[in-house]
Amino acid sequence: MISYIGLRLIRAVVTLLITITLVFIFIRFSGDPAAALAPPDAPQEVIDQYREALGLDKPLWSQYTAYLGQLLQGDFGYSVHTGLPSVQVFLARLPSTLFLGGTALAVALAAGLPLGAIAALNRGKPIDRLVMGFSVFAFALPNFLFGLVIILIGALVFQTYIGSNPDSFLDVVFPALTLGLASMGAFARFARSSLLETINAPFMVAAEARGIGRTRRLLRHAVPNASIPLVTLIGLSLGGLIAGSIVTEQVFGWPGVGQLLVRSVATRDIATVQFIVLAVAVTMILANLIVDLLYLVIDPRIRSK
Amino acid sequence: MTILSINNLSVGLPDGGDRDLAVEGVTFSVGKGETLCLVGESGSGKSVVAQAVMGMLPLQLPVKSGNIEFMGAPLPAQRDPAYLAMRSVRMAMIFQDAGASLDPLQRVGDQLEEIALVHGIDRATRKKMVADILDAVHLPDPKKLARAYPHQLSGGQAQRVVIAAALLLNPELLIADEPTTALDVTTQAEILELIEELRRDRGTAVLFITHDFGVVSDIADRVVVMRKGEVVESGEAAPLLRNPQHPYTRTLLAAATSRAAPRDAVDKSAVMTAQNICLTYKSGGPFNRREVEAVKDVSLTLHKGRTTAVVGESGSGKSSFARCLLRLEDVTSGTLTFEGRDITHLEGAEMQALRKRIQVVLQDPFGALNPRRTIGSAIAEGPIIHGATRADARAKAENLLEMVGLTPQAYDRHPHEFSGGQRQRICIARALALDPDVLIADESVSALDVSIQAQVLALFRDLQQRLGFTMLFITHDLRVAAAIADDLLVMQNGRAVEYGNAAEIFANPSQDYTKALLAAAPGQDLTAVSAA
Repeated sequence: MISYIGLRLIRAVVTLLITITLVFIFIRFSGDPAAALAPPDAPQEVIDQYREALGLDKPLWSQYTAYLGQLLQGDFGYSVHTGLPSVQVFLARLPSTLFLGGTALAVALAAGLPLGAIAALNRGKPIDRLVMGFSVFAFALPNFLFGLVIILIGALVFQTYIGSNPDSFLDVVFPALTLGLASMGAFARFARSSLLETINAPFMVAAEARGIGRTRRLLRHAVPNASIPLVTLIGLSLGGLIAGSIVTEQVFGWPGVGQLLVRSVATRDIATVQFIVLAVAVTMILANLIVDLLYLVIDPRIRSK
Repeated sequence: MTILSINNLSVGLPDGGDRDLAVEGVTFSVGKGETLCLVGESGSGKSVVAQAVMGMLPLQLPVKSGNIEFMGAPLPAQRDPAYLAMRSVRMAMIFQDAGASLDPLQRVGDQLEEIALVHGIDRATRKKMVADILDAVHLPDPKKLARAYPHQLSGGQAQRVVIAAALLLNPELLIADEPTTALDVTTQAEILELIEELRRDRGTAVLFITHDFGVVSDIADRVVVMRKGEVVESGEAAPLLRNPQHPYTRTLLAAATSRAAPRDAVDKSAVMTAQNICLTYKSGGPFNRREVEAVKDVSLTLHKGRTTAVVGESGSGKSSFARCLLRLEDVTSGTLTFEGRDITHLEGAEMQALRKRIQVVLQDPFGALNPRRTIGSAIAEGPIIHGATRADARAKAENLLEMVGLTPQAYDRHPHEFSGGQRQRICIARALALDPDVLIADESVSALDVSIQAQVLALFRDLQQRLGFTMLFITHDLRVAAAIADDLLVMQNGRAVEYGNAAEIFANPSQDYTKALLAAAPGQDLTAVSAA
């Protein structure tokens, strides 16, 4: 078990280092930050001044080592637009994004898992086909399209603008639904197949032969066993949620990290972009680490390895 | 007193099956403290009878006629909720794969306790019952075992736990559906003994489902033989075993007792030898490097045209040893020779040329054939790779299909159109397509029904006579080894325990382990009768 955890911790650190390096490289090859910062008609000398101020005139390797050194000291740089530390810019936006993402995940789980279970228990019946049809639709529908349609319906039919106000119930539910729809479809499909596999397992037949009732068989034996592959999927779907939140926030004008990222990339705000990507990477790595640890809690077979 | 009485039971099959009824007009009864063996092969309908008694027949298998009485009263309709109160209390059932019939996520003790819980027994009594029953099935350290998870149990322990679960509430009837088929022979003997002991002590009626007449002769009071849903023969065990009436019963009995006729080595030359083979598996990551010595210092000589059987229980290293001979594993130490040449570290084109001369037939005839390819292309592939023209390869494949007892028309058909036994014949044809000098059969008949097993073993011997190849036959089943082997290698924990002429070892084993293994094989009385 120690080695199971140890191996995953090492893997997490390596993944993080690779991500940092890739972001560092990509942002420097995708356009000249100094040129983007300087006024459009600025002469070359001004651009060079900006470049020098940002340390972009130094060789790439020394920029890289300097950046890693700063990271280790907890110095994540300053946003060139606001002059504030990039951490502070990020943290200001974080709560509203967490709120949106959390609600989306909750909606996806609360609707997706029961839908999948209903489909599994009614296998081959019309309700099964209906649920599976819906889940394919939910999975395939691009979230920007769904979001725009919601906004349109709100504006044209109900004369109200949906989105942008985190304090209003409907303004939260619709963006969250937009963001969580794809995950909901995936959860429903996965829950169905996973549950179908377990309800026909030999230990379920044996439990029936031992006189254990249907409800108890399902809740105490089938559901825990079916949840093992689902935990993996939930961990992975976090990536989809983060990616989706960038689009969703843009569509609804939601004042979150996604919107900040789009703006910072457009304006070559290096420090902010680097920090956001770093934060996303850390989130993903932590989420998958938690998934791996959850296996230990759920599955004794992994625990004793 | 009659516990279970089945009268003229018929159960339907879904449309489009190979017959209309899964079970037709089955009648028998089991008395208190009696063991009735229900004997048949896959598809005989024996498990359907068991499901019907438990009230667990699926909707697709409706009861067409007849009735089942339990202690004089008719049982509820199939799947009736009234069954919930009867299962475990009046009747219990155990299955072939004991490990799989336990929830992998819950402790063994909790799963046993749950049975008492759903039948309304209070907590203190539950705890005591579980401790008592774990003790009664002779599990070592029952307290510790109750806290174990299913994956931590050996096959024998798991079957004991499942038996404990079945007998926890002391039911009048125990249905055992092939409970020892997946176990090693020594473990099987222990479990059979345990079931006998519990039946004696508790007076439980036992309905024991098996395909193995060895097991039948060890435990049965009465026997019912089923084939294709119908009872072909039934009666008291002793007279039925002594004097079986139906030809099918005789076939099954013969499968439990057949012995290879001793053959003199025509040509003593060694085709292949293995000297002091060791194989160590290394696994694990940087934190948990593990080494398993799978094969330790095993030597063997394969003589031309003869069959050597390697027998051993699971984990004895017999399959690892076969993988070494096939050069699928690189030996850790030791030497392999083929026709006098050292092939231990042969590489490249030379190895490729050698592969063609050593072929293998695996255990699972379903997994061994690509479901999307025709039989013909599977058989012809080898010769084509090794340079035959398409026309030649096809002619050869069709010829081989005939040799293994199929028609040349099978060439253009797909694996799903064939039964398990037919598929194994196809696998044999595929292995022989390259005219190998050595054929290695790894548990090649273990997945087959006994009567099919006998046919495939006969086919192996017949083909060997005609084509003269040398054979190495890996098996866990002593009777299979007895039916095919000229020479015998007994393995235990990676080591060779005994090696020599098969007939001599069977008649007069010199090592304790071999003696124990032979003594544990079911049906000693049967073998004694047939040898006399």
